[in-house]
Amino acid sequence: MDMISRVLYIDLTNRRYSIKERPDLFEKYIGGSGAGSALLLEECPQGVDPLSKDNPIIFAVGPLNGVFPIASKTVAMFKSPHTGDLGESHCGGRTSVAIRLAGFGAIVIKGKSDIPVYISIHGGKVFFKDATTLWGLGNNATVGRIIREREEGSGFRTIMRIGKAGENLVTYANVSAESFRHFGRLGLGAVFGSKLLKAIVVYGNESVPVIDSKLYRETYDEIFNAAVHSTVMKKYHDLGTPMNVLPLNEIGALPTRNLQNGKFEGSDKVSGENYLEHYLGRRVACAHCPVSCIHIAALREPYDDEPYFYKTSMISYDYEPIYALGTMLGIDNPEGLLKLLDKVEAFGIDAISTGVVLAWATEAFKKELISEKETLGLKLQFGDQTTYMEAIKHIAERSNDFYLNLGKGAENASKIYGGSEFALTYNKNEIAGYHTGPAYHLGMILGARHSHLDNAGYSIDQKVLTKQALSEEELANMIIEEESWRNVLSSLVICFFAREIYTLDVVKKTLKIMGLDKTEQEILEIGRQIYMNKFKFKLREGFSFDKLNFPERIFETPTPLGNLDRKFMFGVLNIIKETVLENLSNPS
Amino acid sequence: MRLSVIDTEKCVGCELCMFACSRRFGEGGLEKSHIWVRSIGGFERGFRVIVCRACNDPPCAKVCPTDALTIREGGGVMLTASKCIGCGNCRDACIIGAVFWDEKNNKPMICIHCGICAEYCPHGVIVLQEKEK
Repeated sequence: MDMISRVLYIDLTNRRYSIKERPDLFEKYIGGSGAGSALLLEECPQGVDPLSKDNPIIFAVGPLNGVFPIASKTVAMFKSPHTGDLGESHCGGRTSVAIRLAGFGAIVIKGKSDIPVYISIHGGKVFFKDATTLWGLGNNATVGRIIREREEGSGFRTIMRIGKAGENLVTYANVSAESFRHFGRLGLGAVFGSKLLKAIVVYGNESVPVIDSKLYRETYDEIFNAAVHSTVMKKYHDLGTPMNVLPLNEIGALPTRNLQNGKFEGSDKVSGENYLEHYLGRRVACAHCPVSCIHIAALREPYDDEPYFYKTSMISYDYEPIYALGTMLGIDNPEGLLKLLDKVEAFGIDAISTGVVLAWATEAFKKELISEKETLGLKLQFGDQTTYMEAIKHIAERSNDFYLNLGKGAENASKIYGGSEFALTYNKNEIAGYHTGPAYHLGMILGARHSHLDNAGYSIDQKVLTKQALSEEELANMIIEEESWRNVLSSLVICFFAREIYTLDVVKKTLKIMGLDKTEQEILEIGRQIYMNKFKFKLREGFSFDKLNFPERIFETPTPLGNLDRKFMFGVLNIIKETVLENLSNPS
Repeated sequence: MRLSVIDTEKCVGCELCMFACSRRFGEGGLEKSHIWVRSIGGFERGFRVIVCRACNDPPCAKVCPTDALTIREGGGVMLTASKCIGCGNCRDACIIGAVFWDEKNNKPMICIHCGICAEYCPHGVIVLQEKEK
């Protein structure tokens, strides 16, 4: 195998590093999620405090990164400060190409620095640099700008950094890369913050050998042509992910005002179509992806205090942030919503969790579970964008105990102030934007990292359940199969948007070109093992299927498939529980 | 025929051109890329595309002490690697930075205007066209 099997171990406490060859990991688990979860089981001590020095940060890429198109993602693994169990997050930008072409398959960071630092990885060496002056900067973009000018390697590097929310240990703080991409959800930013690690720059421009150059070029062209000339990537290409807004609204699956409704009367204004027509200012791509799904709005605003002065901000917009900070908060002003997106970007805080947390807080305020005493005078109200701007700042800066509690998630806050029936979380993680039917909610609660992308239950709702009913066993099997397969893709590491291109035979062929000769059956089995390894970690850290619960709200608001059937949902949950526990007690 | 950068404002920074150039040598990665895409200062500002523009009377060839770089018909220059002593004069003479360096062999990497980068540009930012006289 090539340099994919090299793992870089960094010790922040002693400012040392070492490189080890770990072909065992990459031959057995491919890379990405597979190698990353195996490393997490090795490196993370049982029961460790996620914000202590012993929680490792693991970045893992796969054999296809830097070699095939749309293999553009890096997987981060850590113990999540948000959920207390598995922390897994995927990011594009230039992260994966830079890490892979720096000659590493994975990077493991442990320990804690005594002063703020940033790390620069360059030419096979690790440099520890003083980041004291970067600590506390108000806007995450400034951090990127300063490091960009201090470090070499433009075009061949990634700059991953945290904002104030990460420094302040908000448990859903992000790590941002290349201005607009993120290791979102589950709080990797807080883990960085707890180690006084402000940023990591990785530079890489090496070449990667392949087994058969001719077959490599042919296979590359097949994938490239499918990505560019077929329709499978069209939806990401044209309107980008916000193309979901109107269709989901149409069927009544667009969570609105804390999921009190599945339709939003202002959906036209925050739709992908409206942003395209009035605001789209530029499109950009992750490295090695021809799709360029990253849509950036240009927002021109006057300065209130000085006439004839304007600023133009470039703000990335996607479906999930539009859902969380838009429809969930009843915001129908497209410019106001862009400002909210810009705000969470500046603080480096997860857009989905922030929106869902604020939606809970707004309802709790209305129901008088909390008052202006808690909110520091803010009258939280659906549709009031300026008040939400203030609230986001308070969360990121942990202005008082209430905002500190909000900064640990909606489930945490609802345990303190009440209102758990409308706190939209699964295993403490805030829900994403699809009220499509039972499979979405089951997929999210049963996903190993509780992400809507784990197994895409919303796709089962829309493509299968609209046409036919499924038994509990059938739905459970579909969720397990899809999630197992996605663990293969996230070990390569492919962007899930390209899942229709990277079919099993394409995956088999590309792996062979990289020197990993596996049968289709073996590949599928690896996916299942990775899925089980994640549950192994979760269960070790206190996760329990029996503690999972659905917030009452999801049963109150009908989905396009009707009201959710509680008995059916618990039935599916139970089957997956038994399958996972049986697999873990009898590993094949 | 020579490469022309038509409109950098349409460049999305995907770097498929760079990967295509490197792939000519039968491998993945970016080490052998003779074209360079970099942001102007953050992705929000867009990108610049740096590639040989096949100058008339190319400065890189003029400063070569061993005549390793010769004028290529149709635009650009050609490298005779056996003559090159790796002095780096050509790299210094190219003020747009389009002479890249092969560190392992200590030789310049000279664009041959084959157009493979343009073939893989999904947005028509670069094209291969007749050189204007």
